[in-house]
Amino acid sequence: MSGQQYQISYWCMIRQNRVVMPGRDWVPNENFLTFTEFIKALYKKEQVSYPKFYKMDNLSKLGFLCAEMIFKNNPVTGRYKSEEIGIILSNSSSSLDTDLDYYKTIKDPSSYFPSPSVFVYTLPNIVTGEICIRNRIKGENAFFISEKFNSELLETYGRLLFESQHMQTLLCGWVEILKEKYEAALFLIEKKKDNETGNEFPEFSARSMNTLYYKINN
Amino acid sequence: MEELINKLKKEVIEQLNLEDISIDDINPDAPLFGEGLGLDSIDALELIVLLEKNYGLKIEDPKDGKKIFYSIRTMAEYITEHQKS
Repeated sequence: MSGQQYQISYWCMIRQNRVVMPGRDWVPNENFLTFTEFIKALYKKEQVSYPKFYKMDNLSKLGFLCAEMIFKNNPVTGRYKSEEIGIILSNSSSSLDTDLDYYKTIKDPSSYFPSPSVFVYTLPNIVTGEICIRNRIKGENAFFISEKFNSELLETYGRLLFESQHMQTLLCGWVEILKEKYEAALFLIEKKKDNETGNEFPEFSARSMNTLYYKINN
Repeated sequence: MEELINKLKKEVIEQLNLEDISIDDINPDAPLFGEGLGLDSIDALELIVLLEKNYGLKIEDPKDGKKIFYSIRTMAEYITEHQKS
């Protein structure tokens, strides 16, 4: 390790009808929205214009919008080369939410019509691809499955990528959905610059990510 | 034919999740791919499934797809012609 320090430059959490970012906490006016209703309301509220959004599966919609809110407030594509931006995501249910949707299209032999557009989302790392396509990201990426939010894994693997690759910035975190239970917690990590020592950004560490993650989960 | 065209428009919007598009937005003669609705290769596969599921029509020769799925009207013409036989 070079002794280089890293910071959490920005973060966004989405969980059960609520969005939390630095200085912002948004809950839709209507209570008890389904995931579909909530994510559509958020998409419209943020005035995102990306028709392909509607074709994504729920996992991709969740990760895509969470990333969108981070990059909208802290754009990295103009500051770094495509190859210098990495992504590490994780969750516990993999693509099971979509796998179950796909299963519905094939379970009845008398009505066997496998859906190609659902099938293409039956892998968890497709959400990574959607974020990369939207933001022209070409750096290292990985998707891990773990039982629960594992900040140690994100820090260890993230630091490894920073030290061994040409990576300058990293989007990492957790994007989980199964039926109506969902949460996304994404962090934008950058190298701490010398003159920024002691600034207000949290350090890139498992502890900092846990603090932010559990702060809105409780 | 116009009734079938409107029915197809509804089915295409629903099947392809074209959320921001209404029936009136779709010109039945406009190309479905490239320009027009800007559909992609996965959408093409979904349209093949739609024809089979809703109309019992299987496209045997993939080369025919380009002609059949050129527009909503060409789809309607194909359905009308092949459901008769």
